[in-house]
Amino acid sequence: MIPLPPATFHILVAVADEDRHGYAIIQDIAARTGGELKLSAGTLYRSIQRMQEQGLLVETRERPAPEFDDERRRYYRITPFGTAVARAEARRLSQLVKMARARGLAPERS
Amino acid sequence: MRAYRALLHLYPASFRREYGEEMCAIFARDRRGARGPLDRVMLWGGAIREVLGNAVLVHGDILRQDLRYTARTLFRARGFTLTAVAVVALGVGANTAAFSITDFVLLRPLPFPQADRLVKLWESERGYSRTELSPANYRDWKAATQSFDRLGAYTLTSLNLVGPDEPQRLQGADVTSDLLPTLGVQPALGRLFTAADEREGAPGTLLLSDRFWKHGFGGSDSILGRRVLLDDEPFVVIGVMAPDFQFPTRTVEFWRPLRFSADDYLDRSNTYLYGLGRLKPGVTLSAAQEEMTLVAAQLAQQHPNDNENIGATLIALGDEVSRQSRLLLLTLTGAALCVLLIACANLANLLLARALGRRRELAVRAAIGAGRERLVRQLATESLTVSLLGGACGILLAVTVVPLLATLVPQTLPVAHGPSVDLRVLVFAGLLTVATGLAFGLVPVLRLGGDASRGGLREGARAGGGRKERLRSALVVGEVIASVVLLVASALLMRALWTVQARDPGFKAEGVITLRTALPLPKYDATARRQAFYRAVLADVRALPGVSNAAYISGLPMVMRGGIWAVTLDGVAEKKGNPQKVGLRFVTPGFFASLGIPVHAGRDVSESDKTGGEAVAVVSESFSKRYGTGQNLIGKRFTIAFARRVIVGVVGDIRVRGLESDSEPQVYLPSTQVPDGWLTPYAPKDLVVRSSAPAGQLLPSLRAIIRRADPNQPISDVRALTGIVEMETASRAVQMRVVGAFAAIAFLLAAIGIHGVLSFAVSQRTSEIGVRVALGAQRRDILAMVLRQGVLLAAAGVIPGIGLAYLVARSMGALLVGVKPNDTTAFAATAALSVVMTLAGCLMPTLRALRIDPVRAIRAE
Repeated sequence: MIPLPPATFHILVAVADEDRHGYAIIQDIAARTGGELKLSAGTLYRSIQRMQEQGLLVETRERPAPEFDDERRRYYRITPFGTAVARAEARRLSQLVKMARARGLAPERS
Repeated sequence: MRAYRALLHLYPASFRREYGEEMCAIFARDRRGARGPLDRVMLWGGAIREVLGNAVLVHGDILRQDLRYTARTLFRARGFTLTAVAVVALGVGANTAAFSITDFVLLRPLPFPQADRLVKLWESERGYSRTELSPANYRDWKAATQSFDRLGAYTLTSLNLVGPDEPQRLQGADVTSDLLPTLGVQPALGRLFTAADEREGAPGTLLLSDRFWKHGFGGSDSILGRRVLLDDEPFVVIGVMAPDFQFPTRTVEFWRPLRFSADDYLDRSNTYLYGLGRLKPGVTLSAAQEEMTLVAAQLAQQHPNDNENIGATLIALGDEVSRQSRLLLLTLTGAALCVLLIACANLANLLLARALGRRRELAVRAAIGAGRERLVRQLATESLTVSLLGGACGILLAVTVVPLLATLVPQTLPVAHGPSVDLRVLVFAGLLTVATGLAFGLVPVLRLGGDASRGGLREGARAGGGRKERLRSALVVGEVIASVVLLVASALLMRALWTVQARDPGFKAEGVITLRTALPLPKYDATARRQAFYRAVLADVRALPGVSNAAYISGLPMVMRGGIWAVTLDGVAEKKGNPQKVGLRFVTPGFFASLGIPVHAGRDVSESDKTGGEAVAVVSESFSKRYGTGQNLIGKRFTIAFARRVIVGVVGDIRVRGLESDSEPQVYLPSTQVPDGWLTPYAPKDLVVRSSAPAGQLLPSLRAIIRRADPNQPISDVRALTGIVEMETASRAVQMRVVGAFAAIAFLLAAIGIHGVLSFAVSQRTSEIGVRVALGAQRRDILAMVLRQGVLLAAAGVIPGIGLAYLVARSMGALLVGVKPNDTTAFAATAALSVVMTLAGCLMPTLRALRIDPVRAIRAE
């Protein structure tokens, strides 16, 4: 499963700390990347469908307080397996950066 | 918003149902954020691009998932998978093979530019629909016609090449300078013939085939201008043709200018030219035919003695393939289509039965949320996978089988390579496979998919309502009909083959070896010189151990089919316009003994029949029947080949024109009694040796003997006479085997079909049978119940099948030499086989029904 497609990793990161619905995931990713990555609806849901099949995400039945909820929205929660996969991917990425840094390809940790 | 919703229909329904609302909400939000028309255009552009791209990916995801699932289920149901794949493979394989041959011979245009305008010209004479042209008629036709852009003529020839290696016999063609331009071909090297090459006395020029250039001259670039000795005559090579140019036959190695001397125009009955023309643009074949009929009629008036009853026949070059070849290939295609239909019916039945058996699985999947679309899609993936696997196996089957069928391609087809499975054929096979998978795989799926969720979960749910049962039965009836048609067709072909094989050729072919030493001219123009060669060779050959006799003849039976001459008999008035035709051959003494032809009266030709002595002839039995009218013909005189001859012997008839045609009476003349330089095409060239020694042992000695007699003399066409006789039935035998194999496949598939329907019916009625047994039904009753269904199915197929088979047999008439289309044996054998097929199909289901234990059957309810 690793390396993860970038969209998958971003989605995992977006739901790592709290359950989010689709639009919130798009917004979270856009905010974290400074607007550089704006997932389209199709890419998002295609990724979500796959991640559900792979057991990285589940749709959650717990709803936020009614005043924040929109009946149409579906909320997604990361699974323990999803967390493990995201960790492994993060480890892989930092290993790569470490190697690049050793050869002077990346700035020293500030 | 509605437009966006419509756009979302590009996604699979399941995906749309799951996420469509959310996606619409996101799009609505983005739209609210859009400022101004430019933003809106950008938004839509992005949305369209994004939906298009992702829809493909989502479809791909589902396909991958379905394929994984399919692989698992197909592996689990190995029996089903193997059967279904085999069924499709047989159907697709049979059709791909049949198509590749039919396409090659009948459909594909000939390899010449605008080949549809090329026409062969023949003389037609009462009794013979096509004969070759005489030089005079060719010249006059060419001068008179307005229908053709160009018109050329050619004739086949063969010459001896004497080179540094062993002397060779080469096949070639003599062509007029118009011929190659008529075909529209250009040489790969050098130039074509011009009118100057045709002039009498001009230096000999030669065009080489690509093969001869490469093998004979190492593909040397300096070939142009090279001198080559053919039959001791020098020729200058002026060009090399392209590798794929093989005209008029596939064995032609060279082309020479065809030259006519003034003498050649004298005799209009000396017909040996093939005419070939290119129609002017816009002139139809029938218009040209009408014109040529008029031209021929005018010539008949001008030359009433020679040309009375001589008409003109025009045939498109592409249609020259004989009627028999055409019928043979159509039969093959028809048989293959029958197999395909049966295979498809069987596949549909298999899939239906399997889908019915999986109702519970499908119902469970539907219950946990799979939509109908997903289920249908999953099942469709499965049936397409099966048919694609089958199609791939079928193509492999065709690749292995097609070379075996190459004997069905007529030798005269001017196409370079044999038939093969090429791109055209692969496309055909692919379309066939997909059509099979879609038409016969999807229909059952769609019929089932609709009601999968309804009732499937109920314990003991009955699968298959009356409608589906009827569909399955109808498919099986169709299979039985098709298999009966094929069985009858192959039985008839088998009877025809046996009839032809049983025909007595009139000679005993076993133990006879033949080879050809075509003596070159003008070296062997003198009869005495040829005689010396024959005597030297024959004396040495007869002295070989194991050889009982040997002789030379001008043309082997079934190899030289023509050699037709008119005779006039003393006291028999010559019927005008209907000359009495016979087949003429020159022989050395011992020919009849060598071939085992009985001498009924008188004697063989002998060494004492000298040039200048009384001209003698040996005639065949049918000659004496035609003219003898009961009296002894020995000592009677008749005129043939420019001389009056006395009949000294009567021998048995032989089938010179082959096993399937009627032959003219034969006349044999001693090879000695020909003036020098006369009738040289009739100079004996085929050596026949009857020997008890095996051919392999004999051949080196024969070669040595001929080398001693003339070191420059090539040997060609080494064959066993039995091989020549077998060639007569070779394509018929292959065809019979192919149709027979198809019939066997059809038979098997139909039996499997009956078996499938009955098995299914029995398994569905297990509890009913259990109740019946519990209520006192005897084994006999159960047996009758199951068998009745099987017999009804078979009867519903066999009866219309027999009727259809009779119609098919009538249209195959020309292939059924000596066998009537209503041949009782063939139909009786088919009926008997159908009973066997029905019983075989019924056997297992019946046994299973008989073994049903009422207690367990009822408890399962």
